[in-house]
Amino acid sequence: MPTTMVAQSLASGILVGALYGLAAVGLSLVFGVTKILNVSHGELLMLGGYTSFWLFTLFGVDPFAGIPLSMFALVIIGLIVYQLLFSRLIKLPTEDKIRTSLLVGFGLGLMLQNIALRLWTADNRGITPSYAGAVLTVLGVRLPYVRVASLVIAFVFLLALQLFLQKTYTGKAIRATAQDWEAATLMGINVHRVYLLSFVLGTALAGAAGTLVAVGYSVEPVMGLHWTLKALIVLVMGGIGSIAGTLIGGLILGVTESAAAVWISGNYRHVVGLAIFILVLLIRPQGLFGAKEG
Amino acid sequence: MLELEGVNAGYKDLQVLWGVSLRVGEGELVALVGPNGAGKTTTLRIISGLLKPTAGSVRFLGRQLDKEPAHRIVEMGIVQVPEGGRVFTGMSVQENLELGAFTARARKEKEQTMKWVYQLFPRLEERRHQRAGTLSGGERQMLAIGRALMAKPRLLLLDEPSFGLAPILVEQIFEMIAEINRQGVAVLLVEQNVRAALELAQRAYVIENGRIVGEGSGDALLSFESVRSAYLG
Repeated sequence: MPTTMVAQSLASGILVGALYGLAAVGLSLVFGVTKILNVSHGELLMLGGYTSFWLFTLFGVDPFAGIPLSMFALVIIGLIVYQLLFSRLIKLPTEDKIRTSLLVGFGLGLMLQNIALRLWTADNRGITPSYAGAVLTVLGVRLPYVRVASLVIAFVFLLALQLFLQKTYTGKAIRATAQDWEAATLMGINVHRVYLLSFVLGTALAGAAGTLVAVGYSVEPVMGLHWTLKALIVLVMGGIGSIAGTLIGGLILGVTESAAAVWISGNYRHVVGLAIFILVLLIRPQGLFGAKEG
Repeated sequence: MLELEGVNAGYKDLQVLWGVSLRVGEGELVALVGPNGAGKTTTLRIISGLLKPTAGSVRFLGRQLDKEPAHRIVEMGIVQVPEGGRVFTGMSVQENLELGAFTARARKEKEQTMKWVYQLFPRLEERRHQRAGTLSGGERQMLAIGRALMAKPRLLLLDEPSFGLAPILVEQIFEMIAEINRQGVAVLLVEQNVRAALELAQRAYVIENGRIVGEGSGDALLSFESVRSAYLG
């Protein structure tokens, strides 16, 4: 096999893997803090994609410049979804909460899928600004500019989130609540506000990821479950609560899938991801980078 | 300062507290002693607002507490050190202390309070950058108390601070509690280590099966026949 082909597959894997990481980090944040497993995360990501699709086709807003707008839209949607649905589960014991949130998330996902079908039809939609086709070629490896830019933006978001959680008072309150909400309450932290904030932060990140997917790849109404699954695999690999772990998990998944597509067959790429998922659960249930409890 | 009157409380169908009344005066050190499962921790959870009473009233500095959410009660000046300390193991000692000063009232004086806490517990200053999860049991308890002090409490609630510690450490922790109290912080101390608690406290309540069955000065209870036979052997 020619080296360029290997390098090309590695590069494509890294480019998509950064988006897996960004998609997963929102899910992971929400789950880590609220113990809500929001399986409609993929549909929320999809809404982020369609938001920037509309912004671009209707108002000519550049997709990258429009990221804050699509994040803002997802903040509003996140607020509504949380207050209407998930806030009702928040006081349940952890295991009941996970189970119930799965059901609520699936239901919500189906609804959002159908809304998307109505609003945007079943077609694949992409965003094609004038620079969409531009490609950077390094030693025969073709790197589309928009995907490289997406990779950089994903890195920046993950770094910013890491700094926010480590350095700010609010970030520390979020981490404290994730670890022991009752002890956090006894510090005077309003944990219900922390839950709301974390949830909305998670949906905002889904909005950003959705935009990057729409500009680098495409969006369609049935994409949600696919992205939720990727995010779940990455979350399990990276371990909950480790942003660096989530990013590396995303990159590993992206590269493995793309390698499987080259060496085995395109049909097997998703199988490989799931196989890794099971392997990690068997060998290191706390995730590759997750710390053990306690 | 703190007044509980006829408090009933419980979990689902299980009633734990039956008409509990007690009070803690300004600057007082009061102990609440009794056997396991008597309702000591539940009483503290009621005061902290983690659990709401089904009947009766809780008042602090003249204000009704039973409707206030727990985080507001911290802001008012009641701070609980939960059983086992429950420090944030994934964070550094210093971060734990910073989180203690989360309320707006405490945050303003964070730097001075931290100096005071480090004076009380020099061991914590030595380990300020260490992860709390790597501390020993005694150090964790010190951190939990220090973290609570960061909130500038007017009333400190301590749930079994001696639990699981070696006797020498228990002595140290109790000396610290006395010192904190001398500096003007009222303390409500829940303990199974009855003798030590009664020796330390100015007043004490004995709780059994969710009811207050005895009240008096620490010394009086120490010589009280039923307390002696039940707890002191």
